[in-house]
Amino acid sequence: MKGKVIKYEQDNIDTDVILPGPYLKLHEHSELAEHAMEGMDPDFHSKVKNASIIVTGNNFGCGSSREHAPIALSASGIEAVLALSFARIFYRNSVDGAYLLPIEIDEKTYSSISENDELEIDTTKNEIKNITKNETYSMKPFPDLIGKIIEAGGLFKYKP
Amino acid sequence: MNITEKILARGAGESKLEPGDVKFAKIDKVMLHDVSGPGVIKTFEKLEKDGVIKVDKLFDPSMIWVTEDHFVPSVDKISAENIIKLSDFTNRFGIKKHFKYGMGQYGICHSMSHEEGLVSPGELYVGGDSHTNTTGALGAFACGLGHTDIAYAILNGKLWFKVPETLYFKLNGKLPENVMAKDFILRIIGDITTEGAAGKAMQFGGDGITDMSVESRLTLTNMTTEAGAKNGIIEPDQKVFDYISERGVSKYDAVYDDDDAQYEKTFEYEASELEPVVAKPFSPQNVSPVRETSNIEIDKSYIGSCTGAKYEDLVAAAKILKGKKVKVRTEVLPATISIYKKATENGLTQIFIDAGAVVGPPTCGACCGAQMGVLAKDEVCVSTTNRNFPGRMGHLESKTYLASPLVTAASAITGKLTDPRDL
Repeated sequence: MKGKVIKYEQDNIDTDVILPGPYLKLHEHSELAEHAMEGMDPDFHSKVKNASIIVTGNNFGCGSSREHAPIALSASGIEAVLALSFARIFYRNSVDGAYLLPIEIDEKTYSSISENDELEIDTTKNEIKNITKNETYSMKPFPDLIGKIIEAGGLFKYKP
Repeated sequence: MNITEKILARGAGESKLEPGDVKFAKIDKVMLHDVSGPGVIKTFEKLEKDGVIKVDKLFDPSMIWVTEDHFVPSVDKISAENIIKLSDFTNRFGIKKHFKYGMGQYGICHSMSHEEGLVSPGELYVGGDSHTNTTGALGAFACGLGHTDIAYAILNGKLWFKVPETLYFKLNGKLPENVMAKDFILRIIGDITTEGAAGKAMQFGGDGITDMSVESRLTLTNMTTEAGAKNGIIEPDQKVFDYISERGVSKYDAVYDDDDAQYEKTFEYEASELEPVVAKPFSPQNVSPVRETSNIEIDKSYIGSCTGAKYEDLVAAAKILKGKKVKVRTEVLPATISIYKKATENGLTQIFIDAGAVVGPPTCGACCGAQMGVLAKDEVCVSTTNRNFPGRMGHLESKTYLASPLVTAASAITGKLTDPRDL
């Protein structure tokens, strides 16, 4: 996949700011998209028109188990989140629901990527190409089962 | 193996598992509520439409229980429709354990799990809510998940798990007077941070835990979620067996640590060194002694949620509020109808009303910013709940201080953050 970057240089972006609690009653994916990142970035919707990758710090998606959070991002057009680390339920929801790719990166890659950089992600080679800067980084490979679920297109399509 | 590893191994049909192993394991109990339930329904609809699955029946309807808690009483048309969808779903698939708002016992899912004896020691239990960890205080493996995983669990009766490393928290001695389990778990989160237990099990033990009531232990496991833990767990003892026996549960297969159980790391705390604390905005890890924040004025005191509205929490708040008047808006929302009833029978409801507080119906309410007293811009709240992220309880520029029921009640009387020892 290929796309431009929205960068949030902070740790602990929680599910309450990704998709605030009052909207938990909504379940239509397009309706959830309207409220994505409402708790922290009023410009998210204009940014996501030209971007499909979020790059951020540690513990992304901490807090609640709401699957609404990866759904809201995915339905807005986000295809991958590159983070130093993820909260466990957000990571699992992203994979099992096949909403977006949660990719762990190291500190050096994190600081090399800037807002609006264009990236090309090749999960078969565990490689991230920065087309804008003409650089290549490695990504942490998906653990065995996670890789298979992603390849199948989500938990329900995976045959153990 | 330790208790977490043993429960997962039993579910996976393995004689031994180690941290890092990934296995499918058989699920014993599953919980859904009025947010994750409609999520499951939507997931099934989508997968059926795409031809991936056909949902004629569930794996075992008797392993599932459902409650209504986030958006009851209904706040608008959408939340009212979600409640109808939930009833249609439980009727269609023969799920008998559906606890409905306004029809007898119902309440916040995690409090229902222990109040109704829905989960037993040794069981592998998953719920469509992050604070499912709470029920691990009964000696179960209890873990929160999103609605795709919950949909998979009720259809197939199993799920994949990565066996977690375990962090062991040992408490030596009795908690001092005016210090509660909430102060201990906030202190731990302050020490290890909100990602300190990411993906790991948090196990509690030591004579300080043995000395604690079951409800206090539930406060500890409840907030393991805020440290990023996969599950919180405590080996069951006679107190647990008595507690569930009072709720009609007599058959269970309890699991304990082996003598050679391993933990990744052990943390030791002396109870005598603990004191009342708050977690300041905007993170549960911003922990500070109450006495260092006692100049902070508040607009509201909130006693509610799965963390801080169990019967014992209401008893603690009533002890402070008895014969006093509140200085700020104070709301008390018992976690379940059974707790509300017991509080009324024992005079606690009267104490709250006489103090000027409002006593409301069981609901997650303002804890997740849904309804029932959400905060305005710049309002400051002291709360027995579990999270204080930006906008968690209302406006993005409101502020929540997390505290014990004693601190929350004491602050209601003075109008500023107050250590109960200073009243």
